[in-house]
Amino acid sequence: MLHTVNKSPFEKSTFESCLNHARPGDAVLLIEDGVYGAVKGTAVSGQVAKFNGDLKLYALGPDLAARGIKDASLMEGVSVVDYGGFVDLVAKHDVSQAWL
Amino acid sequence: MSMEEDLPGTGDQKKFLYVNRRAPYGTIYALESLEVVLIGAAFDQDVSLAFFDDGVYQIVKDQDTSGIGMKNFSPTYRALGDYEVTRLYVEKESLEERGLTPDDLMEITYEDEDDDWAEKPSVRLVSRAELSEVMAEQDVILSF
Repeated sequence: MLHTVNKSPFEKSTFESCLNHARPGDAVLLIEDGVYGAVKGTAVSGQVAKFNGDLKLYALGPDLAARGIKDASLMEGVSVVDYGGFVDLVAKHDVSQAWL
Repeated sequence: MSMEEDLPGTGDQKKFLYVNRRAPYGTIYALESLEVVLIGAAFDQDVSLAFFDDGVYQIVKDQDTSGIGMKNFSPTYRALGDYEVTRLYVEKESLEERGLTPDDLMEITYEDEDDDWAEKPSVRLVSRAELSEVMAEQDVILSF
């Protein structure tokens, strides 16, 4: 399953709830304000790191750039995708769940 | 109270604080706040801004919105000094929680008319406790 998360992890529990419900092998794509959850060294990054390995984490590049987040600031294991990569992820997974 | 006291440039100044707690592009709050600040600047009040929680993301440098089809309004914060908005309180704890340092923020300055127009930083880093004090000193708080 592909999960998308578009809320800041510092403002909403959306990302946390997604992580707690996702199953090993699932993919999580962070978009819009959700991309703040991909940054290392934050108050939530320790929580996210626990799922790294079981889940594949992606972040949408244009949303990172808009927010001034550089690739060097991302947690290990996070892959950056563009809009084409977003479409590929949707096509690759049977089901997508949008966490709002 | 005479009419004149309600007009721009007359009457007693009040202390206005604009509270910014939202990230810039996911919702419209940040842009709306900035527009209200610029409109309010015409009324010759004592205006300052506070950035905390996700609001600190508004003034992060190197924002590039070309890929998301939205206006990059972050350069406008650097023009606030020209509108005599010269105090931007930024909460240290909010930066730290987000893995940010003051170096990740835009350079926002103003020219101090009381000091031979010397260029000075508008951003004032404050602790959570100091920010509470700043909020307690205000006459009007507008929250976004």
